[in-house]
Amino acid sequence: MTLLSVQGLHKSFGGVVAARDVAFTVERGEMLAIIGPNGAGKSTVFNMVGGQLRPDQGRVLLDGQDITAASPQKRFRRGVGRTFQVAQTFLSMSAAENVQMALISCHRNSNGLWTPARERHRDKALELLSQVGMAEAADAPCSSLAYGDVKRVELAIALAGQPKLLLMDEPTAGMAPRERAALMDLTASIAASQGIGVLFTEHDMDVVFGHAARVLVLLRGQIIAAGTPDEIRQNEQVRCAYLGDEHALEPPTGVSSA
Amino acid sequence: MDPAFLAVQALSGLSSASSLFITACGLTIVFGVTRIVNFAHGSLYMIGAYTAATLVPRLLELSFGPATFWAGILASALIVGLIGVLIEVLLLRRIYGAPELFQLLATFGVVLVVQDLVVQVFGPQDILGPRAPGLRAPVEILGRRFPSYELVLIAAGPVVLGLVWLLLRKTRFGVLVRAATQDRDMVASLGVNQAMLFTGTLFLGAFLAGLGGALQIPRVSANTGMDLSIIAEAFVVTVVGGMGSVPGAFLAALIIGQLQAFGILIFPKSTLVVVFLLMAVVLAVRPYGFFGRAEVIGGTHAVGIASHKRMPRGTLAAWIAIAALACLPLVGDAYLLKVATEILIFALFAFSLQLLIGVGGLVSFGHAAFFGLGAYGAALAVKWYGASMEAALPLGLCLAALGAALIGAFVVRLSGIYLAMMTLAAAQILYAVAFQWVEVTGGDNGIVGVWPSGWASGPVPYYLLTLAVTVVAVFLLRRIIDAPFGYALRAARDSEARAEAIGLKVRQHRWLAFVISGAAAGLAGGIYAFSRGSVDPSLLGISTSVDALTMLLLGGIQTVTGPLVGAGVLHFLRDLIMPLTPFWRLLLGLSIIAMVLIFPRGLVGTIRYWREERA
Repeated sequence: MTLLSVQGLHKSFGGVVAARDVAFTVERGEMLAIIGPNGAGKSTVFNMVGGQLRPDQGRVLLDGQDITAASPQKRFRRGVGRTFQVAQTFLSMSAAENVQMALISCHRNSNGLWTPARERHRDKALELLSQVGMAEAADAPCSSLAYGDVKRVELAIALAGQPKLLLMDEPTAGMAPRERAALMDLTASIAASQGIGVLFTEHDMDVVFGHAARVLVLLRGQIIAAGTPDEIRQNEQVRCAYLGDEHALEPPTGVSSA
Repeated sequence: MDPAFLAVQALSGLSSASSLFITACGLTIVFGVTRIVNFAHGSLYMIGAYTAATLVPRLLELSFGPATFWAGILASALIVGLIGVLIEVLLLRRIYGAPELFQLLATFGVVLVVQDLVVQVFGPQDILGPRAPGLRAPVEILGRRFPSYELVLIAAGPVVLGLVWLLLRKTRFGVLVRAATQDRDMVASLGVNQAMLFTGTLFLGAFLAGLGGALQIPRVSANTGMDLSIIAEAFVVTVVGGMGSVPGAFLAALIIGQLQAFGILIFPKSTLVVVFLLMAVVLAVRPYGFFGRAEVIGGTHAVGIASHKRMPRGTLAAWIAIAALACLPLVGDAYLLKVATEILIFALFAFSLQLLIGVGGLVSFGHAAFFGLGAYGAALAVKWYGASMEAALPLGLCLAALGAALIGAFVVRLSGIYLAMMTLAAAQILYAVAFQWVEVTGGDNGIVGVWPSGWASGPVPYYLLTLAVTVVAVFLLRRIIDAPFGYALRAARDSEARAEAIGLKVRQHRWLAFVISGAAAGLAGGIYAFSRGSVDPSLLGISTSVDALTMLLLGGIQTVTGPLVGAGVLHFLRDLIMPLTPFWRLLLGLSIIAMVLIFPRGLVGTIRYWREERA
């Protein structure tokens, strides 16, 4: 069965239509990138899949189950993990405690009042941290880590919930070029080995064309192209709309602006 | 009902709405630009009233007439405006980037300082100002007499609204104020002279506070209680209207004025309750007031407890401390034991607040509510049901937990400053109830005859009982802080988005934190009631809440043991210094300000910082 199926998503803010009839699917183990110029609606689509925004119309199905109206918490329980554009971790805790917290929540004992949190699920947390190459920093305070390392910890947190689907909003924003490739290679290998579908938005074209199996191009809330990286590279419409044409902001031909 | 009565009632509602709007308008403008909730706004209002009540009669002696009167009012407001500038330059300017809790506490420090200074400058007695020349005779409205000065006040509100509107729309300064209210960072990056803008805003805000105060002098005498009573109302107006919104403040003031005027008919005893209930309802429906909007920038930047390596021999140190405290009756006299008992009670009270603020990042500014509920719950059980201490203490705890569950259910939807205001409002409602529901609570006199059972009476047994209860409660709270629940609270404080994305039910956790913290505070309150033998409304007052916050700040918000140390030190200092000087509040206020400015880590936090630096 298709892992993630997005059907006819529509969202407008006042008069601005941020998403119009957006539909796509993600399969297990597949990496799908959403690209588009600033203001194209990437984050809107992303947040509707993540549960931060409620679509005006359309449906989001995970493993065939409708999660359109589910809260971020419910989505987590259904198997959606996510990372944020600006990495969101618990800065007052150590790297291991960050992952332990996610494991505690996953086992539904976040209301526990007795056994200290730092003694729970520690082995599993260390295992996840070593998966992302952060085992040595397990006991370092998260606030003392370099940003690239924080992003890795965040990935470990997202993986702690044993997600079927991983959402990554600009996973490499704010990172050095070499770190970017390393993080995405890591993500790709984990996704492939565990059969996790990955949906990510990205501005860095090297990351997109180097790691995505398929690419969606959004412009003004609409998907104007979808296909393999090579197909997208060749696509005239995309070039015209996105990859540096001076008429980039004019409506692409053949797409009504209604 | 008599239409003339209704008309007069409506008119007096309008005139108090005007006064309230003029003051609250200044508060909301200052908040909009500086993002600081200025507790001292009420103090500026009080200074305005005192200044006018002193200045205007002198001027009228020189030349009698309406022009002199109004010139005196304006001059008083201008003086207050300049005092506002002074406060901005000396204090506010230094704390624009500080966490909300520190801003609130620092401006509350100003309140304390002003309270003592006002008594020094203007004398301890209330001052009744002169009536306005030309407006002394009442007018007839539908056969009833109505003071003509009130009619002028009714007009003053819309006039000020109009002038402020003109100022904000038609002047460069006004454009900058509106721009800064929308996006302060953007204005800063456009190269606007921020210092001038902020100082100017404070001048405007303080001028309006002073004007609001000065206009009161023919109606009420200037007195030392007006600062806290007006600030509570002004908070309600700005919160209900939406913080930073001038039209919102006007609308809210109109509604509240009418509620107060007609609330008397429904709840003759407690107009305050009606007003705060309005705030509760509005915030429950619209968490940002009528015209306010969500705080998008930065979030709450809460400070609090972080994970640390366990102190070596920490458990041993705790046992030694407990043993030493248990041996205190061997050396201490009755007075010392009484002081030590109070310190222990306040240590537990402050520690319960730490669960909300240090762990959860929830700036509760009305923690006295739970302390007072515990105390009143225990005292009422004794008074009305003849309950023994053993039964009354758990009843007090339950009442406090229940109150916390109710208040918590309202406030966990709110964030940052709105949560602080709402908890403060809740505490003020309870204060009003305790004060005004005389038949049950004994009103101002409170309830007396709340004595412990035989086995626990006397300084030594009661001290030991208090020690035992405090140690057990603090131990349990510590477990909770280290347990997954405490970590979940910290997680939600550090990053709400991340906490939700790993499936934590943030609101539910926060609500439970309120219940637990409220229960612990209620336990402290109950023990306090039995230690003194009586309760009175001051237990529910703002100053009790601020005491707990000061202990937290003094000990260090980022540490677990901080509140315990802070309670001891504050109480010790108070007992040491208070008998020596009439300026206790001034000193306390200055110390709070100094702590925020130069010592934000607190005692325990600073010591730990040194240790870690050395290591």
